[in-house]
Amino acid sequence: MGSQGGFYQSKEFLDLVKSIGEARSKAEEDRIVLNEIETLKRRISEPDIPKRKMKEFIIRLVYVEMLGHDASFGYIHAVKMTHDDSLLVKRTGYLAVTLFLNEDHDLIILIVNTIQKDLKSDNYLVVCAALNAVCKLINEETIPAVLPQVVELLGHPKEAVRKKAIMALHRFYHKSPSSVSHLVSNFRKRLCDNDPGVMGATLCPLFDLITTDVNSYKDLVISFVSILKQVAERRLPKAYDYHQMPAPFIQIKLLKILALLGSGDKQASENMYTVVGDIFRKCDSSSNIGNAVLYECICCVSSIYPNPKLLESAADVISRFLKSDSHNLKYMGIDALGRLIKISPEIAEQHQLAVIDCLEDPDDTLKRKTFELLYKMTKSTNVDVIVDRMIDYMISINDSHYKTEIASRCVELAEQFAPSNQWFIQTMNKVFEHAGDLVNIKVAHNLMRLIAEGFGEDDDSADTQLRSSAVESYLRILGEPKLPSVFLQVICWVLGEYGTADGKFSASYITGKLCDVAEAYSNDETVKAYAVTALMKIYAFEIAAGRKIDMLPECQSLIEELLASHSTDLQQRAYELQAVIGLDAHAVECIMPSDASCEDIEVDKSLSFLNGYVQEAIEKGAQPYIPESERSGMLNISNFRNQDHIEASSHGLRFEAYELPKPTVQSSIPPATLASNELVPVPEPVYSRESYQTPMPSVSSDAGSSELKLRLDGVQKKWGRPTYSPATSTVNSTTQKTVNGTTQVDGASSSNSRSRETYDSRKPQVEISPEKQKLAASLFGGSSKAEKRPATGHKTSKASSHTVEKSHVPKSSVEVVSEKRAPVQPPPDLLDLGEPTIASSAPSIDPFKQLEGLLDPTQDASAVNHGSTTVTKSPDIMGLYAETPAGIQDKDDNLLSGLSNLSVTNIPSGTTTTTSMQSSKGPNLKDALEKDALVRQMGVTPSTQNPNLFKDLLG
Amino acid sequence: MGIRFILMVNKQGQTRLAQYYEWLTLEERRALEGEIVRKCLARNEQQCSFVEHRNYKIVYRRYASLFFLVGVDNDENELAILEFIHLLVETMDRHFGNVCELDIMFHLEKAHFMLEEMVMNGSIIETSKANILTPIQLMDKAS
Repeated sequence: MGSQGGFYQSKEFLDLVKSIGEARSKAEEDRIVLNEIETLKRRISEPDIPKRKMKEFIIRLVYVEMLGHDASFGYIHAVKMTHDDSLLVKRTGYLAVTLFLNEDHDLIILIVNTIQKDLKSDNYLVVCAALNAVCKLINEETIPAVLPQVVELLGHPKEAVRKKAIMALHRFYHKSPSSVSHLVSNFRKRLCDNDPGVMGATLCPLFDLITTDVNSYKDLVISFVSILKQVAERRLPKAYDYHQMPAPFIQIKLLKILALLGSGDKQASENMYTVVGDIFRKCDSSSNIGNAVLYECICCVSSIYPNPKLLESAADVISRFLKSDSHNLKYMGIDALGRLIKISPEIAEQHQLAVIDCLEDPDDTLKRKTFELLYKMTKSTNVDVIVDRMIDYMISINDSHYKTEIASRCVELAEQFAPSNQWFIQTMNKVFEHAGDLVNIKVAHNLMRLIAEGFGEDDDSADTQLRSSAVESYLRILGEPKLPSVFLQVICWVLGEYGTADGKFSASYITGKLCDVAEAYSNDETVKAYAVTALMKIYAFEIAAGRKIDMLPECQSLIEELLASHSTDLQQRAYELQAVIGLDAHAVECIMPSDASCEDIEVDKSLSFLNGYVQEAIEKGAQPYIPESERSGMLNISNFRNQDHIEASSHGLRFEAYELPKPTVQSSIPPATLASNELVPVPEPVYSRESYQTPMPSVSSDAGSSELKLRLDGVQKKWGRPTYSPATSTVNSTTQKTVNGTTQVDGASSSNSRSRETYDSRKPQVEISPEKQKLAASLFGGSSKAEKRPATGHKTSKASSHTVEKSHVPKSSVEVVSEKRAPVQPPPDLLDLGEPTIASSAPSIDPFKQLEGLLDPTQDASAVNHGSTTVTKSPDIMGLYAETPAGIQDKDDNLLSGLSNLSVTNIPSGTTTTTSMQSSKGPNLKDALEKDALVRQMGVTPSTQNPNLFKDLLG
Repeated sequence: MGIRFILMVNKQGQTRLAQYYEWLTLEERRALEGEIVRKCLARNEQQCSFVEHRNYKIVYRRYASLFFLVGVDNDENELAILEFIHLLVETMDRHFGNVCELDIMFHLEKAHFMLEEMVMNGSIIETSKANILTPIQLMDKAS
């Protein structure tokens, strides 16, 4: 706290900061800030304010904005401050301006001039300040004003200036790539700058350039590789080291670049193998930063042309990450696994239990990452398990952003890998039910199409079954309150088409349900439209079947209401319904053939059925129709559409809007004739067209048109046959042609049996719960091995039991292993200073770990090692932190007490503290155990570094 | 782009420093900070130091009463960002000596200056503490 307040800070400022710091609530803070705004408004425009005072005012303004209030009244003063001669004041001015203004603010124009002047300054710090501002404030239009100077500064003698000039160019490249396209060679040149800082900065623009155009930079592969090699060999100045790692941030950037350059390029990749392999070997895996570099290596290895040895190293690192206790490392491990799995899918199997642990972890972040991994490894064999899990999770969360994402992933996976149509429909129902408002409308259309098209022509009874089960499930679901609109549309459509098809449900039952829907969701016109059309279909089918229709009173009132609806669409549908009901069976059957939604519709584009009418009119003396193509140039005033057309094109506007009506005009004729009972003279083709048209006479224009598209384009089903056939092959022995859910039962039983096999074979050690086993088997078992399974079932079970054993061993036989193995595992988060209060219990974890045998043994080994031996680097720091907190528990504004110790004390003294600590609690496990038990009895929250430990202990 | 914003927030959720590398309006900032802080402060120490929020990934780290939150793009190396936070803290510590929340509050502009040296255009450009602190020390001397 010694540094609080400088000699140049006024009491006023100190008081302000203190009162903000002491504010106990947002309301109190707001009050302070509002007061401050009043003060500043009054004082800041007083004449002759001394510079220092002004600088303070500006910082107070920064506070005002930072705490969420508008400080625009003072912007101009910040701008003025950039003109100041004093460097500190000037830079503060620039800082404030960059914080306050966006690049399009009106005041920027006042600053550009200052920037130009400052870029020419003799004082390099002034130039740097100006370049900082350039990076934040210059927009596309002002780039030319400063570009020449910035380019000149690339050759400035001071490396700090060159670095910032590079970044300014980088910014210009972001804002307007064309403005610097001729200067790209400068980036290449600066890569060879003899200052490592400039080189490091240059990697940023180069990374972006390479991302957009890999091929132009292939020649740099050698350079990047050699730079990386030099960095890894510690050729850079010591100042770039971070926690004993040589310039890790530069290494990471370089690895990212190499990943881009080596992707799909064997030759380029071969240049990289050695250096990446070296880094794998050299990297200190006990520190966070070391692991960060290792992770980047994995990313690189999985992106470049595969190399078996590197893949092996990557797999090793991944398994270390996954076995770690640190959630951060697990997270990185899962992510890395997702990358590597694309190249070597078999690696997932050995980590199945770790993955499932992560999936079931209460930590949402980890869970989501794991879902991402599962998404990447979904196949037709495990799709049901994965999608079910995803849906369960989707239901459990509220965050609509992520809900949308996971819903669309479920849909995507289901469409791609669905083992059966039945499953697909059920899955879709769930997605719609819980996230219907978030999914794309196309998904709904796909589902309708699937139900309509069924399995294909060869298996009619299965189709019928599919539809009946869909109808049944929808009737059940309709009982739920508040269903999403999209889902209701699907339901109405399916009920209309197939509600009465199998004779299970009476027309009045279905129509009643439909009326309920229309009533319950009376605000949703689209749903109502679907419901009315569905009603019409049901009645039409009844009439066609020769039954007398008996309209329910609620139906009648609904239709009457809709006849007077404000929506012309609803009105039209209601009228159509009335008209259809009034017709005889034959006509109705032609208009509304049952189950004809998939029939191809021949659109009579020439409207030949009107020929007779046209002939008659011409005979009566009407002008004959001249096709558009033949009347170019002649302005026919009597032809409205043509006139429109010319008008539109001459203005060059709304061309599209005028074009569109043509199809609508065509398609609106039939319904109109239909309604007015003039159907009889219309020739045959129209009926088929009609039958198509009526189910969905352009719902609201967009839904209708997209449906129209769906039907006509004849797109291959995405989730289609290829994935379906394997599913049948596994199931075909059992009765497939049964009702709802059979396929699912089959799936379940097969996965059951599979898991039973594995379960039996590894009976001796039952530590992993059978459910987890089962899940693992269903997730992972379906991989490469599952394909072989039918032939050699025994072999598979053996193999999988083997993997189980393998992953199991280190856990059960901890003590022995821990003695033998060299320390590899890092303590969870070496330098995290953490909350002081809990740190005290941290050291006592180690003995527990050994006893419990739950955690990775290696860590203990390393801890023991310190106790007994002499100097080690990082783990001591951990000890330091663990110790210090007790003292500073209440003094929590001392941010870095632990850290400062580190920087002050040298390593030897650090070691002694650790050693003594270790001797007091380290080796004696029993003591520590008792101590910990005591601590917990006393009610100390066991919320320290190791979640698993306490979870397992406390249940 | 990499880093989208850097926030320092105390455990009461009050912002102590905010630097954005893409433009957000005052309202957007306020909303974003509120949401993020609520999310991160609710987490315990065993959970990952990473949180997804909308299209950002937040990497955060706690030092005594102060949280450091860095919003990054999806393809950023989270562990490296975590260590970047620590580098920032170490740098501030070297300058202020036992840096604490009040140091940052009283010397807000200096904390910003350090960030300006370390990050430009959302990319980490300087990681040598000496290089980061030199301009600030020179300015101190000059004034």
